[in-house]
Amino acid sequence: MSLYGPLWLSAQLAAVTTVILILLGTPLSWWLARTSTRWKPLVQAIVDMPIVLPPTVLGFYLLILLGPRGAIGSWWVSLTDSALTFSFAGLVIASCVYSLPFAVQPMQNAFEDLPERVLERAWTLGASKLDAFFSVAVPLSMRGFVSAAVLSFAHTLGEFGVVLMVGGNIPGETRVVSIAIYDHVESLDYAAAHRLSLLLLVFAFAVLFAMFALNQRWSRR
Amino acid sequence: MRPGALFIAAALLCGPSLAEEAVTVAVASNFKTTAAHIASQFRQETGLAVRLSSGSTGKLYAQVVNGAPFDVFLAADAERPLLLERAGRAVADSRFTYAIGSLVLYSSTVGDCLAALHDPDAGYVAIANPDTAPYGAAAQQYLAKSGLLDQVAPRLVYGENIAQTWQFAYTGNAVVAIVARAQLRAAPGAPACSSDVPAGDHDPLEQQAVLLDEPNEAAGAFLAFLRSAVAREIIERDGYEVPE
Repeated sequence: MSLYGPLWLSAQLAAVTTVILILLGTPLSWWLARTSTRWKPLVQAIVDMPIVLPPTVLGFYLLILLGPRGAIGSWWVSLTDSALTFSFAGLVIASCVYSLPFAVQPMQNAFEDLPERVLERAWTLGASKLDAFFSVAVPLSMRGFVSAAVLSFAHTLGEFGVVLMVGGNIPGETRVVSIAIYDHVESLDYAAAHRLSLLLLVFAFAVLFAMFALNQRWSRR
Repeated sequence: MRPGALFIAAALLCGPSLAEEAVTVAVASNFKTTAAHIASQFRQETGLAVRLSSGSTGKLYAQVVNGAPFDVFLAADAERPLLLERAGRAVADSRFTYAIGSLVLYSSTVGDCLAALHDPDAGYVAIANPDTAPYGAAAQQYLAKSGLLDQVAPRLVYGENIAQTWQFAYTGNAVVAIVARAQLRAAPGAPACSSDVPAGDHDPLEQQAVLLDEPNEAAGAFLAFLRSAVAREIIERDGYEVPE
């Protein structure tokens, strides 16, 4: 396994997680933005919990749930004959839970900022609800989508505690970059740790800088 | 000032006084429960408190090198205490072997650990990270020596330390784990199977203790106690051998 293998693995994990979160997060945040049900605070609290919970709590529950004797894990074993823990698929599930609020919040904010009359106008012009959503709501909320994607990707790349608990440190499968850095530091290979850490540092800065720069341009319009 | 703020300020001021005369011990994960037994015995006899920080030997070593305020290091190997001594971070001639560990196969799910190790389809095999945990390196040597390494390699998962390695098997996520015999004694519940790994199949797991710079009197007393008959009895009872 090369030095940069874990970096590539992390990038793959973050990309897959981001795509899933945008797909699942869009209807969820649309519903959260527009519902007036009294269950909203409950759902909102559940979605946002990963922000507050220590990754060890998530990791511990996921280890139990995804394990071959757990509710989700045993179902997965009967389906695929392999366990979810210590696998890339398991990390994708864990990352989706872990990064969910980072996808939902920006999209929900964008949807809440949509003026109701814009949608109503689309409907009166004969657009179906779905059509109005894709041709009016989505373009107007692009800023929210971009923020959601960037934050999900970056947050998944920075994941450590959850992976440490359910990953099992398998090269090419679950040894993501944060775990690799931890290993390098523990085995006193500071040169390798420096190289990977510096890359992440530059990446994190570049991503956030680009996002804020983009936000500034958008808000000036 | 509001009462709440006043309370917090008072708590902050009182905080440091908790750190009275105490020995701070960095202990390898596998020896943590045994060290806790010894520490409570030590406290009964001397009135001195012991604070234990556990982790993998590699991590604790890195922390010591980078200035962690430990008085005593109970490692899971002989190599890192020697490195500390050479680097001048440990007190010369304070180093000694306090326990010799052994490996066992452990499972919480299957009745025959060896069969599960030999069966390529049995599921994951957990060992501690060989690069950072001495018990992981010994487990790898055992697998290599018994000709199982190639077959087991695709099924290996690595615990960050020996405690997590055990926990992978305890939760059923790994079918077998290669852990320290002492862990079985301390573990909750009876194992579904356990089987001794022959001591000749890996380098001896000599666990060495060392006194770190700058030592206080209490730390010296704790190391002396670690050599006492009382402590040796606790160490042997927990599944280690003690050198003559």
